[in-house]
Amino acid sequence: MTTAALPDTDPPKRGWYKRNEIAVTPWLFLAPAILFFAVYVIIPIFQSFSISLYDWDGLGQAEYIGLANYQELMNDRAFEVSLWNNLKWLVFYLLAIPAGLFIALFLNQTVTGIRIYKSLFFFPFVLSQVVVGLVFAWFYLPNEGLLSNMLALVGLGPVNVLGDPTWATYGIILAGLWPQTAYCMILYLTGLNAVDPEQVEAARLDGAKGWKMLWYVIIPQLKPATFIAFVVTIIGALRSFDLISIMTNGGPFGQTRVLSFYMFEKALSEYGFRMGYGAAIAVVLFLIMLVFIAYFLWSMYREEKGH
Amino acid sequence: MRSTLKASALALTAALAASTAFAGSHSLSGDLKIFLDTSNPAPRATMEAMIGRFQDMHPDLNIETTVIDREAYKTQIRNFLTADAPDVATWYAANRMRPYVEAGLFEDVSDLWAEPAIADNLASTKGAMTIDGKQWGVPYTYYQWGIYYRKDLYDQYGLSEPTNFDEMKSNCQTLLDNGVKCYTIGTKFLWTAGGWFDYLNLRTHGYDFHMEMAAGDVAWTDDRVRETFANWRELIDMGAYVDNHQNYSWQEALPFMVNGDAAAYLMGNFAVAPLREAGLSDDQLDFYQFPAITEGVAMAEDAPTDTFHIPANANNKEAAREFLRFVVSADEQTEINNGANLGQLPVNASASIDEDTFLEQGFAMLSSNSPGGVAQFFDRDFPAEMAAEAMQGFQEFMVFPDNLDDILARLEQVRQRVYK
Repeated sequence: MTTAALPDTDPPKRGWYKRNEIAVTPWLFLAPAILFFAVYVIIPIFQSFSISLYDWDGLGQAEYIGLANYQELMNDRAFEVSLWNNLKWLVFYLLAIPAGLFIALFLNQTVTGIRIYKSLFFFPFVLSQVVVGLVFAWFYLPNEGLLSNMLALVGLGPVNVLGDPTWATYGIILAGLWPQTAYCMILYLTGLNAVDPEQVEAARLDGAKGWKMLWYVIIPQLKPATFIAFVVTIIGALRSFDLISIMTNGGPFGQTRVLSFYMFEKALSEYGFRMGYGAAIAVVLFLIMLVFIAYFLWSMYREEKGH
Repeated sequence: MRSTLKASALALTAALAASTAFAGSHSLSGDLKIFLDTSNPAPRATMEAMIGRFQDMHPDLNIETTVIDREAYKTQIRNFLTADAPDVATWYAANRMRPYVEAGLFEDVSDLWAEPAIADNLASTKGAMTIDGKQWGVPYTYYQWGIYYRKDLYDQYGLSEPTNFDEMKSNCQTLLDNGVKCYTIGTKFLWTAGGWFDYLNLRTHGYDFHMEMAAGDVAWTDDRVRETFANWRELIDMGAYVDNHQNYSWQEALPFMVNGDAAAYLMGNFAVAPLREAGLSDDQLDFYQFPAITEGVAMAEDAPTDTFHIPANANNKEAAREFLRFVVSADEQTEINNGANLGQLPVNASASIDEDTFLEQGFAMLSSNSPGGVAQFFDRDFPAEMAAEAMQGFQEFMVFPDNLDDILARLEQVRQRVYK
């Protein structure tokens, strides 16, 4: 009996979508991105894991060999060299952050034409990595290069930076630092705009100046910029490939390879037919990256929670 | 009713099939997709002109030519052979085509090689096109390797073309005493060092030994291999090669020879064109065969062969076969290999060789003065992985000869894995 009285109070019938609109719409907008991210990023990661367990030339039948590729990696000296070079890249590439900070501090003043100077300092970041590589390769040339000529002026003999297995990697990192410093500089310049003048004023009244002012007042306020600079520099160091390919092609005798370049050589280059081995190198590189990715995600999560 | 419809449809398709087959035997139709790696300007123009002539012969055929950068082609070929195969593709002979042959991606064209026009005229390159007793493509050009040298510099210091290792070394010493390096080379991309190993090994132990090595039957730590490296080391210790060669590509090493800082270059015939363009006249530039080292070892040469293949997944194999016949015909071979075009050697014995001192000398050398045999080139005779590791080792050896033991031990490890 009671039901008979109810129909009038019922809301009008709505479609499923209308009823769930608020819950569903964000997912609809996210769907294309999720789909492509899954197809081009997530699934290939698992594919790499599975390919690394096979002996496969990329053309014929793949043969399952378990962890043999990884065992071979353990005794592969070229792999060891690449791994160390990756570490060198990670450590020395970070110099871009302090260098960028100091250029930013230097340029953060109001002088006529400062915008021109800022753009000039930012210019290397606009250049393609290939161009940077070529310019530095010529700069380093043993006889004709500018570096050797400059050293000759102060009476030092010619050096062959890129032909010397000990120095070649550092030579390439230095070339990479040129645009990366510019990138960090621009991050810090925007960060400096957001520094609170009142805090600086207060610190000044308390007698802080010079290094103390920088260390205790300015740098803490630049933390967001430092975090982004750290992220892009680490990522840049791990994906260093184009400079190596252009400047030394991994040489002399493979001493400047990094993991990504070694993976390319083994699996995809002119003489590379070892997809499984290449995939195993890629997995190792991924695990290294994972450490940083986890750290970045964790600190971003903390940040979000803090607010 | 239905059955009659079916029957008539069947008859119709049969008739259609018959008529296309009939038409096919007379004139070609459909699409013909050709992929070329001849991306340098001169070879590109040559190939496009040749395809134009083929088009004129078969107006109903819709030819689509794609030219891919020569270096990029080497990595792209795997993708397009499996995914979207053309009807004809360029590549290289010998072991360089083995991965694709073994993966079943190249068409067996032994039937073409059975035809008298090809069997009689292309016998010299048949071996390089054969794997497992079958032929997998046709060659379209090849070129000699040897020592290109500055004749004017040799004359200036009273030197003549060396015929044995001692003369080679004494020539070199004279040049060094006068402040001229004996050989220019750029090993940044490694393969140039492979050329030196090829010749030193071929001259020290001969063609058969070299091929045994390529087949993986000789250990890299073998004493005979060490002898080859010992000969090489004599040249390195003299300072015969330009300094810092690990920084240069083969093109970047050319100026040393053009400027007279180095007197000679072990190279393929393709080096002649840029040397001439850089201003060296034919009075200044000359060629000699790599001198003998071990007495009694038959001379053998490197002569890399560039080839055309039909991918197994091609659609228009009939037209592709006709194109291959056309490419190797005597007239086309004479035309595309002449000095104005590729400037290399024709593969067809009935073709004529252009009047060019280097082509003539090269042809004479390959046809009458290489009784030992003709190899392709280090990275075409040796399996890809072995070649890559070995050439890197050669570069290291040329810079740090003292590392030889370490290099050979490493290469031996690779050999045991590659040829298992």
